[in-house]
Amino acid sequence: MSLAVATATLTGRAAATAAQATTTAADTRGFLSPTGVEIAFLLVGLVTLGAAVVTVTTRQLVHAALWLVVALGGLAVEYLLLTAEFIAWVQVLIYVGSVVVLLLFGLMLTKAPIGRSPDADSGNRWAALTVAVAAAAALVWVVVDAFRTTWIDLDGAAAGSTAVTGASLFQSWVLPFEALSVLLLAALVGAIVLSRKAAADEQPTQPPRKERKEGAR
Amino acid sequence: MNDVLDVTLRLLIVFVVFLTFPLIIGQTEHKVMAHMQGRLGPMYAGGFHGWAQLVADGVKFAQKEDIVPAGADRRIFQLAPAVALLPYLLVLLAIPIGPGEGAVGEVIDAGVFFVLAVMGVGVLGSLMAGWASANKFSLLGGLRTAAQLLAYELPMLLTAASVAMAAGTVSLPGIVDAFEWWWLPWQIVGAIVFFVAGLAELQRPPFDMPVADSEIIFGAYTEYTGLRFALFLLAEYAGIIVLCGLTTVLFLGGWHGPWGADGLGWVWTLLKTAILAFVVIWLRVTYPRLREDQLQKFSWTLLVPLSLAQIALTGVVKVVIQ
Repeated sequence: MSLAVATATLTGRAAATAAQATTTAADTRGFLSPTGVEIAFLLVGLVTLGAAVVTVTTRQLVHAALWLVVALGGLAVEYLLLTAEFIAWVQVLIYVGSVVVLLLFGLMLTKAPIGRSPDADSGNRWAALTVAVAAAAALVWVVVDAFRTTWIDLDGAAAGSTAVTGASLFQSWVLPFEALSVLLLAALVGAIVLSRKAAADEQPTQPPRKERKEGAR
Repeated sequence: MNDVLDVTLRLLIVFVVFLTFPLIIGQTEHKVMAHMQGRLGPMYAGGFHGWAQLVADGVKFAQKEDIVPAGADRRIFQLAPAVALLPYLLVLLAIPIGPGEGAVGEVIDAGVFFVLAVMGVGVLGSLMAGWASANKFSLLGGLRTAAQLLAYELPMLLTAASVAMAAGTVSLPGIVDAFEWWWLPWQIVGAIVFFVAGLAELQRPPFDMPVADSEIIFGAYTEYTGLRFALFLLAEYAGIIVLCGLTTVLFLGGWHGPWGADGLGWVWTLLKTAILAFVVIWLRVTYPRLREDQLQKFSWTLLVPLSLAQIALTGVVKVVIQ
């Protein structure tokens, strides 16, 4: 019972990646006799893909955000099926619990009519599609190429437990990890600086509380 | 077959706890609030000191018509109570009440992350309710809910991380296993911050601006009637159970007690949880509601720095005692 670990390293974007990589894995390991976990993985992948497509095609803004919850939750389930438990919960905590809440907060604060928004379409549709497809292709290519023949054993000890993830993060990958945290810190400071300046120019009476809060996330 | 039976039994027990304990808390709140305010509270339903008042309330809620406003987004409006309630059921599954495998619904490797992640999802229910009601008061309530969650999830996570550092594990049973009595003074700041931030996440007084009745009627739940409204209330009381249980497990040593810890550990857990739940009710009667800006200030200028200081302290002590 094994699955390509390739799919475990997927990031936010690609439900498509997930479904596709699973098929690749099944090809080399007996496509005609998939295990229960593989079937579940594929089905959840399809649901995730569907939710992601609805997210970008629906004309109802808040519905799009809620479908995004389904897509991100589906990804978390995929991580769980690949025994990456820690990553799965962090996915729920960060993306579903915070990012989507922030998104909904922003929508409610600006404009969130019930029903369709006729102006919810963009003229950049084709450019966006090109960029999205290119990014997805690059991700699939890199991931498949990197993990082509790697398999994880679902019956043994969990390969993605907190202890294993922590050890690899702070032993092998500590430099990228620290670089990323510096990047995030820079973004944070930048957000605070931008919001303060805007407030000073326009309305000195109002403290820029909201912007700072959003920056902190 | 034995495994299936085992899992079914565990799920059933957790479900029964989920259905009964919030009622007990609710009834306690009725009586405790009443006596703190110099009155009797419910006295008639069920005969003895109105013990069946909440059952009667439940029957009343079930009989009421389930109304969806004409301008509302029907499906999201109807889905919201479930999204608000179910996460607490899932969290309850992971809270251990006694030592060993037998006293927890499901042992989860990254338990701390699981409970905090899933608790955060519950707030989506309030947001959905607030937006889908097509009511300006509801929308304001939803906005306040979101702002409150964003402000208070950070201190909660940081203090939970402090305990995880102290214990060297993120599994809930593992944290209680590693507990020593001197953790109590060591982690006391973290414990208070966690508890206060949890109260704010549950929107309990004095942090109940999202449902401030004198300003925005009942916030996100203004348009709800009947059973769906009751489900939101149930979510609030289930949230109290979850918060008190988590504080007990993370900071108060769960089943450890000064005596009689063998075999009776679960009594200690329940006792500590009950005392904390009493404190939650007590706070509701004692303090007036904060203002929205006071709430944000309280979190960002007090709780976040305090929790960061707690993490620093935990790290220093941890290094020193090694």
